[in-house]
Amino acid sequence: MTTTTTTIDGRDVHVDAEGFLTEYDEWDEALAVSLAAQIGVELTEAHWPVLRFLREDYAVRGETPTTRRVQAVGGIPVKEQFTLFPKKPGKKMSYIAGLPKPHGCV
Amino acid sequence: MTSPTTSPTPSPSSPDPAPAPIVPRFDDDETDRKLAIICSKGNLDMAYPGLIIGNAALGEGIETHLFFTFWGFDMIVKSRMGDLRFSPAGNAAMHLPVRDMHLPQTVAPAMTGLATRMLKKQIAELGVPEVPDFLDQITASGGHLWACKMSADMMRLTEADLREDVEGIITATEFIELTGGAQLLFI
Repeated sequence: MTTTTTTIDGRDVHVDAEGFLTEYDEWDEALAVSLAAQIGVELTEAHWPVLRFLREDYAVRGETPTTRRVQAVGGIPVKEQFTLFPKKPGKKMSYIAGLPKPHGCV
Repeated sequence: MTSPTTSPTPSPSSPDPAPAPIVPRFDDDETDRKLAIICSKGNLDMAYPGLIIGNAALGEGIETHLFFTFWGFDMIVKSRMGDLRFSPAGNAAMHLPVRDMHLPQTVAPAMTGLATRMLKKQIAELGVPEVPDFLDQITASGGHLWACKMSADMMRLTEADLREDVEGIITATEFIELTGGAQLLFI
């Protein structure tokens, strides 16, 4: 995987060819707000439990949870995920959480 | 894959030296893609392909319609949807879970219960839901479920026998009409 650097709101971060962050530790909650703005999502209180679950689950398992897992383990219903991150929740929430795209099929 | 926005095209009006950040292009405005999936099989192993593809399509923002017909109808019949089975009988590709030994077809018919339990266990281990739960997820993701009228008539079933989230019992023609322009998958 080729990585490069890009500047988001004045911060240099490592990203893959599509723009997903590749360094777990370069992310913080302030950056999440900037990442969300880049893709047209305005973060509210309801978004944070999803993002925090993604971060914690990735730290333990080493892979980004799917929408199914965010519901089954994280307790956030799929329907709510679609409301918070419209149309492509799996990709959008992982982008904002500074993680790779989920690779699970379900 | 390089975003065109990052190409160093000089702009005479704005000499800003900072390049645009590299951001995934989710192309929300271009998701007019539509997918129609005809589910015609009621075996446990043949119920999953349509659900998995449909779920993946919904996760990509694609409008998705599933049409349940013939044995696939069992996937949305309340009294049957939790009891789909997998049989190795007549499946010449079936091999044993260990090594690459094929299962003798003479014993295959007696193995349906065991094979069903094993397949369900393997699917659960992957975090993939059972069929009714999977359909819950598909409708929560905005997917549309449709029942085939001819199948309902043949089986003498009505809307009362089906999942509540089935949007209607419709004819093949109606399904073709409402999925105009869609990509179509027959399973």
